[in-house]
Amino acid sequence: MMEQYLSVLVTFCLAAGLVGTMVGAGRLLGPRSDNPVKGESFECGNPSSGSAWGRFSVKFYMTAILFIVFDIEVVFLYPWAVIFRRLGWFGLSEMAVFIFILGLGLLYVWRKGALEWD
Amino acid sequence: MHEAITHTAVAVSYLWLIPALPALGVLVNLSLGALLGKGAVGFIAPGTVAGGFGVALYCLVQILQLPPGSALEQTLWPWISAGNLQVDIAFRVDALSAVMICVVTGVGFLIHIYSVGYMHDDPSYARYFIYLNLFTCAMLILVLADNLPLLFVGWEGVGLCSYLLIGFWFDKEANASAGKKAFVVNRVGDAGFLLGTFLLFWSLGVGTHSLSFQDIAAHAKSIPLDTVTLITLLLFVGATGKSAQLPLYVWLPDAMAGPTPVSALIHAATMVTAGVYMIARLNFLFVLAPATLTVVATIGALTALFAASIGLMQNDIKKVLAYSTVSQLGYMFLGVGVGAFSAGVFHLMTHAFFKGLLFLGSGSVIHGMHGEQDMRRMGGLRTYMPTTYRTFLIGTLAIAGVPGLAGFFSKDLILAHAFSSSPVLWLVGLCAAGMTAFYMFRLVFMTFWGECRADEHTKHHIHESPATMTVPLVLLAVLSIVGGYVGLPEMWAWGNRFDAFLAPVFAAAQGGEHHMEMGLEYALMAASVGVAVGGIALAYVLYVARPELPGQIADQAAGAYDLISNKYYVDELYDAVLVQPALKLSNLLWRVVDVGIVDGIVNGSARVVGASSSFWRRWQTGNVEHYAVSMLFGAVLILVFFAWHSS
Amino acid sequence: MLYRMINPPEISWIAILPVLLLSATAMLTMVADLWTDGPDREGLGWIGLVGLMATAIAAVALWNTKLTSFAGAVVVDRYGLFFTLLFCVAAGLTLLMSMSYLEQTDIRTGDYYSLILFSTVGMVVMATAADLIVVFLGLEVMSIAAYALAGIWRSQVRSNEAALKYFLLGAFATGFLLFGIALLYGVAGTTTLTGIAQTASGATAEQRTLLIAGMALMIVGFGFKVAAVPFHAWAPDVYEGAPTSVTALMAVGVKSAAFAAFARIFMHTLAVMSPDWSAVLWVLAVLTMTVGNVTALLQRNIKRMLAYSSIAHAGYLLVGMVAGGELGGSAILFYLLAYTLMTLGAFSVVIALGRRGQPNENLEDYAGAGFRSPFLGMAMSIFMLSLAGIPPFGGFVGKFYIFSAAVKSGYIGLTVIGVMNSLISVYYYVGVLVRMYMTDGGVEITQPSSRPYLFATLVVAVAGTIALGLFPSTLFEVARQSFLALG
Repeated sequence: MMEQYLSVLVTFCLAAGLVGTMVGAGRLLGPRSDNPVKGESFECGNPSSGSAWGRFSVKFYMTAILFIVFDIEVVFLYPWAVIFRRLGWFGLSEMAVFIFILGLGLLYVWRKGALEWD
Repeated sequence: MHEAITHTAVAVSYLWLIPALPALGVLVNLSLGALLGKGAVGFIAPGTVAGGFGVALYCLVQILQLPPGSALEQTLWPWISAGNLQVDIAFRVDALSAVMICVVTGVGFLIHIYSVGYMHDDPSYARYFIYLNLFTCAMLILVLADNLPLLFVGWEGVGLCSYLLIGFWFDKEANASAGKKAFVVNRVGDAGFLLGTFLLFWSLGVGTHSLSFQDIAAHAKSIPLDTVTLITLLLFVGATGKSAQLPLYVWLPDAMAGPTPVSALIHAATMVTAGVYMIARLNFLFVLAPATLTVVATIGALTALFAASIGLMQNDIKKVLAYSTVSQLGYMFLGVGVGAFSAGVFHLMTHAFFKGLLFLGSGSVIHGMHGEQDMRRMGGLRTYMPTTYRTFLIGTLAIAGVPGLAGFFSKDLILAHAFSSSPVLWLVGLCAAGMTAFYMFRLVFMTFWGECRADEHTKHHIHESPATMTVPLVLLAVLSIVGGYVGLPEMWAWGNRFDAFLAPVFAAAQGGEHHMEMGLEYALMAASVGVAVGGIALAYVLYVARPELPGQIADQAAGAYDLISNKYYVDELYDAVLVQPALKLSNLLWRVVDVGIVDGIVNGSARVVGASSSFWRRWQTGNVEHYAVSMLFGAVLILVFFAWHSS
Repeated sequence: MLYRMINPPEISWIAILPVLLLSATAMLTMVADLWTDGPDREGLGWIGLVGLMATAIAAVALWNTKLTSFAGAVVVDRYGLFFTLLFCVAAGLTLLMSMSYLEQTDIRTGDYYSLILFSTVGMVVMATAADLIVVFLGLEVMSIAAYALAGIWRSQVRSNEAALKYFLLGAFATGFLLFGIALLYGVAGTTTLTGIAQTASGATAEQRTLLIAGMALMIVGFGFKVAAVPFHAWAPDVYEGAPTSVTALMAVGVKSAAFAAFARIFMHTLAVMSPDWSAVLWVLAVLTMTVGNVTALLQRNIKRMLAYSSIAHAGYLLVGMVAGGELGGSAILFYLLAYTLMTLGAFSVVIALGRRGQPNENLEDYAGAGFRSPFLGMAMSIFMLSLAGIPPFGGFVGKFYIFSAAVKSGYIGLTVIGVMNSLISVYYYVGVLVRMYMTDGGVEITQPSSRPYLFATLVVAVAGTIALGLFPSTLFEVARQSFLALG
């Protein structure tokens, strides 16, 4: 049972060995100079504007989350649409329930004001 | 003859009343105590105990009328049932339980009455009686229980109440910590008790078990000797905790911080004897383990001597009585340890009378002296408090073993049995008896004789206690005299009726009973009377005739004096060896496992903002990672363990 | 028509009636919240209570059946129904106490109620799952709602921190669980518990290795949810930071649900592997009891102390799993019920002592509380004594069952350690009594009788704790039948 994974193991070892050699050789052979400028983040050659740990408005997250939720809804809808006929009435009613629940979610975010930018 | 004893059980329906009545007192006083006022509270609480006493007496009469070996039983409802375990809430009164419930309710009632006077000016009057009734209820469950788990309910209940009552006057820091100490030390004992119970359940083997005493008795013989020895030793650890024996006695002297009637009821007459009761109850189990009985007898004898020697040097009137109690409990264990179960229970009963009396008497003294407990500031009280003095003297004569009083008969019986078991144990017991006579009379002389050493203000106010307090004293004094006559030596008059009454309960234990030669018995008796008189005489010389002597002796034997008056430094030893390491471990685990996030947020929020903010921030972000790493570490350990275990 | 129709899986609507009712209630609460505000929010709690009641009735009605649904992925047996009822009690009491508690917080959002109910839905799904994917689904529904609940008191830094920490570590632990599920799937080729049980009973040496690896990872995942050492580190911080009522639900509901799935998978599905897993759980039980109890000794904050206490109780429950068998399994169920009542009660007292802007969560705040509010003092004494395993309360009987089971299975050493631990625990539980009855000072207390919802919670918890101590046999029989329903 395990033999079939042997090739995977060999590949894994080779990959790890290759990466290890490259990184290790770089460390050993290459010149190193650590200074603060080198540690700065690279912003297309411009001087960096503040830390990457700055705070973003929560509104961005909210939008992103809503996008994901309703995006996933569509991910479900496409395969369903492909075999829509084969699923028959059962498929239709299931999807109705699914969309109804998501509709409740939409109602919720709407009433809560999550769709307003300000 | 013993085979002929019938073990018939009569089902009755009134046993539940005995613990339920004090429980009713708790409920009424708890819910209505504030409305009713002191008068009603002080009536309800003793009244319910008196009711219990009535039922208890009725039970005793019933038992006396039924053929020997009969018992009254009441099963209330099935309690814990699991697989082959079927434990009921069931009460059972046989001769042993009948004696116990009468002592608990009878002495308990007198002490309740006494408390009405003693606690009269206390602001927490109702709370006091709630605790006291709750205690009575738990103690009655303990002695009525028909099975070990139910006995444990009472066992824990009395421990809790004792703890609450020790810390009753919590305005003094020492009292609360004394309560805590009592509880913690008792936990060690309880661990033994519980483990013994589980081990017993495990070793009873197949079939359904109720862990009732009959069930244990029926199957005990099939348990291997090693196991039964371990079980009884574990149970005995429980007994040493509750009954303040070496090495777990340390809590009892500190327990004197509680109100004096509590000391009389819980820490002298009833609760501390629970260990003796438990061993007597399980006598059929203990006789199967001779090694355990030897341990019990030895610990008992050593405790009797050890505690008596500490008692010699104490100056606090209650501390003397406390060490005396520890010592007398040692006698009871000596008794049951040498197989003289009924002698142990007999001493338990007489001790309840005279030690209850002595504690109440000391309470009367403390009451009269406005809270003074140091005997060095007492003296000459016999003229101020004649009733207290006379009753106290009777109690002292009884405990000292002066012929004709209760203590003489019961102690002598134990010593006689000890002699036929091992003369060394007898000698140890005899020495302790001499010391007992000495320290008790030292107490009497320092307190009641000579000049009054109190300051003028206190002296002016010394008064005899009110009737609610002196009447119980008189009644207990009477019991301290006549209580012994139910158990005379075999060769006198009607002999030992008490022993005959209890004999069916201890049928398993009396296989090797033998009668001593009359001459030897008289010789032993003479020896105990001799040491008693000697002790009294010595106390007279040192504290009445030549009072300058004790100081000189103390100077000359300073080392020994220090050792004894500091109670052999046992408390300090326990603190250094057990308490401090436990706290350190807890602290260590706390620091290591529970790194100070809270400190960072709650206490250190200022610091977070302040100069050390970077440090704290790093510390905090490090923490979730730290937790995650610890989980990862655990996961790896589990995998490694599996790899190791399954290979 | 040239299409081949796809046959839908059989769905027993009756079987999933409890969870349907509960989900519908949760959604109703969520929508109803959109049109309520201010004092009307209590009404949301009432909707939740009615829904829980209906769920419980449905569960009782199904008691004598054993139904499967969704092609065997969900099994509604007595075991699942026992836990469904347990969660109804836990969530119901949590809602009740919340209806008083939210007044003293800044939580002004009605989502609170729907999140509690959604979390409960997840618990019920976990308890009735017969497929690892469904277990995972339930776990996530329960946990995500719990993460949000932990941080719902948004103006409190501690609450935010608790939520984030719980979420991060919870996600981490879920990863382990999922990996474990994947390994089991790899071995058995199915995620159904029956399929895995079949594979396990006839496993080859190689399959065994993978099964053991999968079990190890699942132990990590469940160990996190039940807060077993060394996967417990989150619990004190999260329990302390989360709103008290949420802490209560986490301590009882989340833990019970995790045990429901844990015990079903290990004591039933993987029962043949018990020689392997019981050795690991033995070690975990000892560590969990000891670290929990010993660390609790020095705590000054009552919620933190109760957090360590709940860790320790997870240890006792693990003892029950190690003991195994009919007695061990039934003991776990009984213990969880007793634990639920007394722990919820203790947290209600914590709430009762707090007031707006002044949580009063330090042990010092309990000084003299027994005199200022005799009812609260009595209730707290009962909960503490019961948690400490002192008779005649439910906690004692529960421990008695657990340790009897361990003794019967021959785990004498484990029993000794367990008894010793429960004796250590008495020290800190009784420490609360000492504060309440033997010290002066403390804080002003609003009498609980003036807060009807909280008062009701306390009365139910007190009555239940006492009843389980005095009349345990009926409920133990119910627990036994439930455990035996596993087959």
